[in-house]
Amino acid sequence: MDKILRIDMGAEGGPKITESPVGAYAGLGGRALTSSVVASEVDPLCHPLSAANKLVIAPGLLSGSIAAMSGRISVGCKSPLTGGIKEANSGGQPAQVLARLNYAAIVLEGKPKEDTLYKVFINKDGAKIAEDKSLNMLSNYQVVEKMKGEYGNKIACISIGQAGEMRLSAASIAFTDMELRPSRHAGRGGVGAVMGSKGVKVIVIDDSGCSTRQPKDPEKFKAANIKFIEGLRSHPVTGQALPAYGTNVLTNIVNEAGAYPTYNFKQGRFQGAAKISGETYAELETKRGGLATHGCHSGCVIRCSGIFNDKDGHFLSKQPEYETVWAHGGNCGIDDPDKIALLDFLDDDIGLDTIEMGVTIGVAMDGGLIQFGDVDGAINLIKEVGKGTPLGRIIGSGAAVTGKVLGVEKVPVVKGQALPAYDPRAVQGIGVTYATSPMGADHTAGYAIATNILKVGGYVDPLKPEGQVELSRNLQIATAAVDSTGMCIFIAFAIMDQPETFQALLDMLNAFYGLELTAEGVAELGKKVLKTERDFNMHAGFSQIHDRLPGFFKTESLSPHNVTFQVKDEELDTAFNW
Amino acid sequence: MRVTVKLFATLRDGRFTEGEREYPAGTTIGDIIRTLEMDENEAALIFVNGRHADIGYEILDGDTLAIFPPIGGG
Ligand code: SF4
Repeated sequence: MDKILRIDMGAEGGPKITESPVGAYAGLGGRALTSSVVASEVDPLCHPLSAANKLVIAPGLLSGSIAAMSGRISVGCKSPLTGGIKEANSGGQPAQVLARLNYAAIVLEGKPKEDTLYKVFINKDGAKIAEDKSLNMLSNYQVVEKMKGEYGNKIACISIGQAGEMRLSAASIAFTDMELRPSRHAGRGGVGAVMGSKGVKVIVIDDSGCSTRQPKDPEKFKAANIKFIEGLRSHPVTGQALPAYGTNVLTNIVNEAGAYPTYNFKQGRFQGAAKISGETYAELETKRGGLATHGCHSGCVIRCSGIFNDKDGHFLSKQPEYETVWAHGGNCGIDDPDKIALLDFLDDDIGLDTIEMGVTIGVAMDGGLIQFGDVDGAINLIKEVGKGTPLGRIIGSGAAVTGKVLGVEKVPVVKGQALPAYDPRAVQGIGVTYATSPMGADHTAGYAIATNILKVGGYVDPLKPEGQVELSRNLQIATAAVDSTGMCIFIAFAIMDQPETFQALLDMLNAFYGLELTAEGVAELGKKVLKTERDFNMHAGFSQIHDRLPGFFKTESLSPHNVTFQVKDEELDTAFNW
Repeated sequence: MRVTVKLFATLRDGRFTEGEREYPAGTTIGDIIRTLEMDENEAALIFVNGRHADIGYEILDGDTLAIFPPIGGG
């Protein structure tokens, strides 16, 4: 991974491709790389859809090697949703394929003068770009089908659906899984809109003729990888619960804890939770001939995903994630697992962030556009987005815009980005992450649920403000580092509890690059990434007042525990004091 | 004393999902876990009325007890 592929979409005479050595970005991967490129090359004051913004797609440090779990990919830009820096990461095959092709990153820059669409093809001989108007307003599944017809089955795709083409703020970028389904997404922050603004519909990558990336010290690397896999297999979360039930195993526990945001964050428990729990989905998947355990990329040994078939045994969607099931489910008063899977499919196909869409529909329900529980109404709203009707474009612009248009007071967003599936009043640690993360409300940025609810990495009482800032700070630092390795964040459950598994990860990095990285070094990397991102945001106009939750979390109490968010503003302001 | 007991994920295998059960006064969560033939590592996450509880907690009439194995996601 020693080169960067840049495509200047606005060059005279048409898009211009250049390849250059990584140079100043050497040694960086994933989020560390995307955030560094954005921070040093993008004007923080630029319009996110302008030629001045850049879209950076980067595999992780160990992607393309035999390291287990190493296939996450990071997408960075200035976000059209938040107006700040964005890193959204995804599973799927492209990280492995791009890394084997030796690219540390793809950078899309500039902007075509005409409103047209391009496809990019990358293989061992380099990259080509061609205009292709026939791709206009195809969905993700359609465009991948078309690419399979043109390039065969040995490819991986990075694409946008209609939402990205329309440059809507909730648009995602899709990454194909091992079976070429565009079902894994860099969902958050409207990264798909930035790809749309560059006029790139799809990037097709083919690593035929390329080999696995080789470590500096193959013996040590192999031994560390074996230890790492053993650690993941022996931890009950990564070895048993995630493979068996997927992330949606959380529905019951978050609901039990009274932290399951229901009816647009009005109450902390949903009556229909059991009907849409991970246990229910796993049972349906097995019964209908789907799969309850499936990996999103080669090398994943946790395999938290699955395949969800309809009652006739036909593919309906991949196993929807917990956050998706919550966003379209309890948050909207919907308890039909089949319809929620259909909503998941529509989001993937049109290219939309499932969290943003579920929260937006919840806000629309609160605003009286449709009723809570109206599942067909919800399906219709997502279809409107795909059609690009004026209403669809409003919905596809996310919760903040929709809330404004409908005159709704309770709009659960931070920095313009929708809150995910854990109410910050009943899990106060995650509230700190939502408020302070440079990404806007993002649970993955510092997953306090682990310690507040799941008792991983210790325990901090979720209902009290004490200890939450420190918890969130440490998790945000660790996450920024893990996101830079290209490892799936779910390894955190094992490495937080098992020092030897964390050591195995360090050993892998060291053996691969010939480094002597220590735990402190990893923490330093995490801090550096966060500082880079916060500096960008500061220059984009963010200050402490943006590190706050919406007011109603402080004034309206949440049942069943009747709690409000108690962490004081002054404490939030210390989240990055280390 | 009547107590609602809810089990989740793998803890349901060979047991039950949810049931009202009678226990004598002074019963602890640890006692209940033993009668359900679970080991303490399996019963990793215990909630009484939606709040984390320890195995030493003595249950009260009308409590809802929810027991989960180690789980994660996100
Ligand atoms: S654990 Fe899940 S999200 Fe992570 S790499 Fe595997 S399938 Fe993908």
